[in-house]
Amino acid sequence: MSLDTPAPSTPAITEARRQAEICNACRYCEGFCAVFPAMFDKRLFANGDITQLANLCHNCRGCYYSCQYTSPHEFELNLPKALAEVQVESWDRFAWPRGISAAVQSNGLAIAAVLVLGIAALFFAQSTLSPDGGEGFYAVLAHSVMTAIFMPAFLFPLAVLAIGLRRYWHETDGRPVKFRHLREAAMNAAKMRNLSGGQEQGCNYEKGDRYSQARRYAHQATMWGFLLCFAATVSGTVMHYGFALHAPYSLISLPKILGVPGGVLLTLGTVKLAWLKTRADSNLGAGTTRGGEMAFVFLLGLTGASGLALYASTGTTLVPSLMGLHLGAVLALFLLTPYSKMAHGFYRLAALVRDAQRRSAKTD
Amino acid sequence: MEQTEWDVIIVGGGNAALCAAIEAAEANARVLVLESAPKPYRGGNSRHTRNFRCMHRGPLSVLTDSYAEDEYFNDLLRVTNGKTEKDMARQTIRESEACLPWMERHGVRFQPSLSGTLSLSRTNAFFLGGGKALVNAYYNVLEDLGVTVLYEAEVTHIQVTEQRFEAVDVAVAGTVLKVRGRAAVLASGGFQSDIDWLARAWGPAARNFLIRGTRFNRGVVLNDMLEQGAESVGDPTQCHAVAIDGRAPKFDGGIVTRLDCVPFSVVVNRDAERFYDEGEDVWPKRYAIWGRLVAAQPDQVAFSIIDSRSAELFMPSVFPPERANTIAELAQKMGLPPEKLTHTIDTFNAACSEGHFTPQDLDGLSTQGLEPPKTNWARPIVEPPFFGYVLRPGVTFTYLGLKVDPTARVSGPDGPYENIWAAGEIMAGSILGQGYLAGFGMTIGTVFGRIAGQEAAAYVA
Repeated sequence: MSLDTPAPSTPAITEARRQAEICNACRYCEGFCAVFPAMFDKRLFANGDITQLANLCHNCRGCYYSCQYTSPHEFELNLPKALAEVQVESWDRFAWPRGISAAVQSNGLAIAAVLVLGIAALFFAQSTLSPDGGEGFYAVLAHSVMTAIFMPAFLFPLAVLAIGLRRYWHETDGRPVKFRHLREAAMNAAKMRNLSGGQEQGCNYEKGDRYSQARRYAHQATMWGFLLCFAATVSGTVMHYGFALHAPYSLISLPKILGVPGGVLLTLGTVKLAWLKTRADSNLGAGTTRGGEMAFVFLLGLTGASGLALYASTGTTLVPSLMGLHLGAVLALFLLTPYSKMAHGFYRLAALVRDAQRRSAKTD
Repeated sequence: MEQTEWDVIIVGGGNAALCAAIEAAEANARVLVLESAPKPYRGGNSRHTRNFRCMHRGPLSVLTDSYAEDEYFNDLLRVTNGKTEKDMARQTIRESEACLPWMERHGVRFQPSLSGTLSLSRTNAFFLGGGKALVNAYYNVLEDLGVTVLYEAEVTHIQVTEQRFEAVDVAVAGTVLKVRGRAAVLASGGFQSDIDWLARAWGPAARNFLIRGTRFNRGVVLNDMLEQGAESVGDPTQCHAVAIDGRAPKFDGGIVTRLDCVPFSVVVNRDAERFYDEGEDVWPKRYAIWGRLVAAQPDQVAFSIIDSRSAELFMPSVFPPERANTIAELAQKMGLPPEKLTHTIDTFNAACSEGHFTPQDLDGLSTQGLEPPKTNWARPIVEPPFFGYVLRPGVTFTYLGLKVDPTARVSGPDGPYENIWAAGEIMAGSILGQGYLAGFGMTIGTVFGRIAGQEAAAYVA
């Protein structure tokens, strides 16, 4: 296995390049987001340049609705769609092994199947490996069994992502990363600056050419919700191993203070994102990924909602089934991370870091 | 539609029409907008525009410093060689300052001047996303105000009885309706997309012109009004044309078809002969005259030749240039006589002299003993690969229009019409007799669109 993939000339990249060359002669959209200043820095676009632009694009669609060259004009510009298709294709190229990402992204059933398998695995573990003692949900599944399942399910996706990001960096001609690049990228992601329309007016998603903050806020809720839930899990792990403080935790413990609001945000955010997706013009995204994205949003939402339900059911007979559901969803989410829409978070951040490098190279 | 008695009927769907419709609707008039284009092409030439030239006494929105009335007016006089209706020009300039905040209040967003246009950061406010974004914002305002907008509604006749507007004939889905209104605002643009009219005015050469903007500005309403004796302004035989990429589409090529290579190139005609000083001045100032120069050449076509050293000195072009390692090969690819072009380039190169080449300023690097001379940036074309662009005239707008007074009221055969106003390109000749100043079309459209809407609404109130 070679770690480095050369950027190929695919039909999607060729089409995005054709469109970028038209944009480069117009420049009216310069103020919308980071894609355009990055684009206008170039006169010729290498394949890796197109990959970078594609992963920088947040699909806010401001450029599409402003464009004088969209169909029926013969130039037929649809930059959000062209870049989304390059993006989807690039994640499959970067993820090891190839082909899984393409299948998962374009197929909601694949995600559902992994979810079912994840839940089944957890129920199977509960029924065959039921512990002799243990408190709370450790009475259902021993901590050691959970660790045996989730440690590899966490580390394997991380390894695949590391390979993918390395390939991304190579393809986009990335430079050594400095702290300020990371800080800038993190700030941009934290505020979703590239979904702000350039002037904090939001994006053109569910209301056509009118601006709206709905998608930005829903995405923020989802992202921060997920990060809070993840932080809750990490804090629990640290308390378990570092301080021998074992679950169940009370409401004023760190895992709960982080996890309960996180679960609420994650659930509400994903519901809103899914609803917005039904209102948006599907012709402005990648042609094949709608089902996969919907299923992924559902999986994320299920993770949050089932976690909350599990907590609410503490002490009842519902714990074993809700636990199987919740941990099964988490398992599916982890395993699918490098191959599903979840990967966008990592590649988006890489693209933002790469863009911070481009800007600092201009001012240095 | 026919049963309703509309207060104000707006003919057209571009910037001026929309400004008029918003003003009238905000004054509680019952407004109907008739746009001849289908929805994806709504907005006339405004959909291709990028900025608004604005007077301001201090920093205003994205505009830096100040741009006073006199400076603005002098800029206008310079480009029009004095062919300007002075009082109305000053009125337009003065009122532009209040327009910018009005535009922002109605959803228009501005951005700092685009890369490659730094020279305009003080005088011109650029639309975020360009003119189509502005058009979208205004249509959304109209929707919120409950204004009725009909697309693919071509007005064919303005019915006037004794200086008074009565109704319009409008073709909608193959049927001609007679729609009655108490006042009319005509904002339906010039006639540049009626190629036959252009050919009658300019001569058969006009059939080779490209139209940079919308195909829907056919001048139907303008012609109808002139036939009914409305007073006209502007030279009926003239249009504003620039040299654009010869491979551009016949209509709606817009901004991307501009080519800024001329000052760094040698420009020849079909016979591989030079015909004008390519280095007369910096490009923004000379941009406008090259349309006319190319139009005067056989077949209305010209070819701009550069070498590899100049390839990145100007904004990227939408179509890649022809490319070859020798001049003769380039000539062959572009359909020019190879020996003749080689001779022309050799002669030009021999006339170049040593000196310092500075692409952004007039560098005085001039040819010696060459006719016509190239008086700046005359650097020999010697470093392969060589690149060639084909140039054709691209029409932006026509000058012939309706004469209006300072309240935007149209002048008829016996004085002003009682209830007809006009705004935008259809009356711009009332102010701009010749030449063009970047962003001034949007200024005229916004200022007079608003006036026309206010006046029409006051009339029906």
